[in-house]
Amino acid sequence: MGLTLMEGNEAVAWGAFDAGCRLFAGYPITPATSIYNTMLNLLPPAGGVVLQGEDEIASLGYCLGASMAGRKAMTATSGPGISLYSEHISFALASEIPVVVVDVQRLGPSTGYATKGADGDIQFLRWGNSGGVPGIVLAPVDVADCYLLTMHAFNLAERYRCPVFIASSKEIGMTRESVDLQALERPAPVERARNPDGDEYLPFRPAPGTDVPYFAPIGGEVLSRLTSSMHGEDGYITPDPSQIRSLVERLHRKLIAVVDRFSFHQAHMEADSDTLLITYGVTSRAARRACKQISEQGNPISHLVLKTLWPVPENLIRSTAAAYDRVVVVEANLGQYVREIRRVLAGKTVTFFGSMDGKLITPEEIMEAVHA
Amino acid sequence: MPETLLNKDRPPIFCPGCSHEQVLHALDRAFLDMGLTGNRICMVSDIGCSGFFDVFFNTHALHGVHGRALTYAAGIKLCRPDLHVVVTMGDGGLGIGGAHVLAACRRNLDLTLLVLNNFNFGMTGGQFSVTTPAEATVGSGFLNKLEKPLDLASVASAAGAPYVCRCSTYQKDLPEILQRAIAYKGFSVVEIIGICPGRYTKRNKITPRSIAAQIETQGARCGEVSANRRAEYGEAYRKECVSLAPPSRPTHLEARFKPPQSERQEVVFLGAAGQRIISAGEILGLAALSGGLHASQKNEYNVTVLRGPSIAELILSPEPIDYNGSRRPSVVLALAAEGVERRSGLFSALGAHALLLQAPGVKLPSTAAEVIPLDFKTLGIKRQDWALASLAVLARMDRVLSREMLEAALEMRFEGRTLDAVKAIVRNVAEGQDPT
Repeated sequence: MGLTLMEGNEAVAWGAFDAGCRLFAGYPITPATSIYNTMLNLLPPAGGVVLQGEDEIASLGYCLGASMAGRKAMTATSGPGISLYSEHISFALASEIPVVVVDVQRLGPSTGYATKGADGDIQFLRWGNSGGVPGIVLAPVDVADCYLLTMHAFNLAERYRCPVFIASSKEIGMTRESVDLQALERPAPVERARNPDGDEYLPFRPAPGTDVPYFAPIGGEVLSRLTSSMHGEDGYITPDPSQIRSLVERLHRKLIAVVDRFSFHQAHMEADSDTLLITYGVTSRAARRACKQISEQGNPISHLVLKTLWPVPENLIRSTAAAYDRVVVVEANLGQYVREIRRVLAGKTVTFFGSMDGKLITPEEIMEAVHA
Repeated sequence: MPETLLNKDRPPIFCPGCSHEQVLHALDRAFLDMGLTGNRICMVSDIGCSGFFDVFFNTHALHGVHGRALTYAAGIKLCRPDLHVVVTMGDGGLGIGGAHVLAACRRNLDLTLLVLNNFNFGMTGGQFSVTTPAEATVGSGFLNKLEKPLDLASVASAAGAPYVCRCSTYQKDLPEILQRAIAYKGFSVVEIIGICPGRYTKRNKITPRSIAAQIETQGARCGEVSANRRAEYGEAYRKECVSLAPPSRPTHLEARFKPPQSERQEVVFLGAAGQRIISAGEILGLAALSGGLHASQKNEYNVTVLRGPSIAELILSPEPIDYNGSRRPSVVLALAAEGVERRSGLFSALGAHALLLQAPGVKLPSTAAEVIPLDFKTLGIKRQDWALASLAVLARMDRVLSREMLEAALEMRFEGRTLDAVKAIVRNVAEGQDPT
């Protein structure tokens, strides 16, 4: 076994590269810049393209154009940039454009503090678009996750034709750690389903038996047409309520109905425990340490680490929590995802601990929250 | 060849008398005269009446958000260099997308930008745009009287566009103008001045003749800007890439050495910007790998580059590392006042077993740790190398890492003369006068 010393951001870049990403556009911003730096080393020699956008809006715009031309594309930013991405996130959701968006979260609000972490964008990543259509959000815990979840993110973007977010943080992205890359189980790269040759192409007609339309690239033989505006299956703007309803309900359904297929998580279950701790992101690491220390004291608790945050993996959360009277949620903000847990686990006692001061939540703080 | 590339199922729906419709037909004529079929063209548009162009053509089409059309177009063109990518926007898109227009002019990707300038926001009630004359009466009250209209041809030329044209919708040679712009290998900007009968002409007098007179006054220009002539961006980009070496895969380090201590170690570097703290931290992390240990490195520094504290926290552990905040540092390297000050609370928490190496001139808060002052001056080691030299001191003391672990890390991280230089520093500390 040999270990590699790597930053989370570098691992995201390698995951993207190995998933087949060949266009990256970004605007420099701490703590996400080293993704851009790494992509600049990886893509151009491999026939890919890296662009420095004139701003974040442009960066995601370049990705959307490239994606519609058939290329796998990614951008990366932090809080101030994800705010600017908003209009293009809506576009990607509405027009079903596969793209991977990395948010290396920094302590917010606003420009916040560039070199301190938090998980303050978790609800923004779900609701920071006009119209409220869901995307997919994956949350890494460590460098290995940065690599693997980025590969999964590309596969999900291709399979479901949607933006997929990596909710990283300064504490993961800019932390360097040892990882056994050879031991990781890489998913095989997925390509978006193409319209069968010779068939009439309607750009937004779902493929048979699915909620996802076939893809035909802009620039291919078959004419491809898309619009950010309300559209029918033919890709033309339409005022027709039945076509609009069909589109909006399909966009809503196409991810929420299948989240069980990509509910990434780790469950550390202990028999005879009455408490389930739920965490995501870097906080999960302090939580693991806390669980070990609690276990040494003789009353082990169970721990669920969520790596798919949106759509909310409701079945996973419900079934994992079924046997527990008490659920504790800890996150690096003042209470964002706990809202979902309380909604899904209505009737159970859900207690919360969170903080946002630029420091990692400690195992001791989590133990205190568990024993409160 | 088709008789038209216009979309038979989607006839134009512009207001009667709208100049956009004439531009539409001129553009169709230009495409046909170039012998293009729909699948060799992508129309990219944004919001506003010019944003209908993609619908009315039977080509590849992408309609997006206000002012951002050039960004999608660039993404498409870089991935499909053979496609003719034509962007339409109005004077509204020109204003809100100003940064993208400037970027496109500077970049010189082979796109054609048609700005259909009718001096106001037609769809939303005739508000003023970046091109509305101060003397015009529009839907924004007095506001436009206070601002100077933007001269696109001058701005585009100043920003580096190699092909710039200002013309009237009513010029007979509009199809030829458009054809030359599309055929130009590089970024071409064509401002096409027209009339908005829905809004603008209600309170302002504008005619084909007055447009011609305005262009005459501003100076007719249509063609290559010789000072901006240069290689097309996509071609230049691909040419640059040819000589780039493919990146090597991430390398791993096999466990080859036995670390001096087998239990978890936490090492905190407290330094200042410019002391290569982060690099020294990485060296220690790599050294850990060569000793079969897991490693984690968290850094803290200000966004200022050559000022302020620089801190690295390393954890070396025989077990995989979960929580990686520093808890009980076993070694603290006090290398600069800035870092010591930022973590001043750390010192009182250190136990007697903790080792604290104190670089020359660095004052310490009171602490129970074992403090060892370092004499780097006698060894002639510069301040920027103190972090690395401290690792060599630890190796000499047989704490945390061994010299062979350190040298394995240096060989992994550096090469050539830099490797020689860093190895010389380590040798100096290891074999010279004891700095402790």
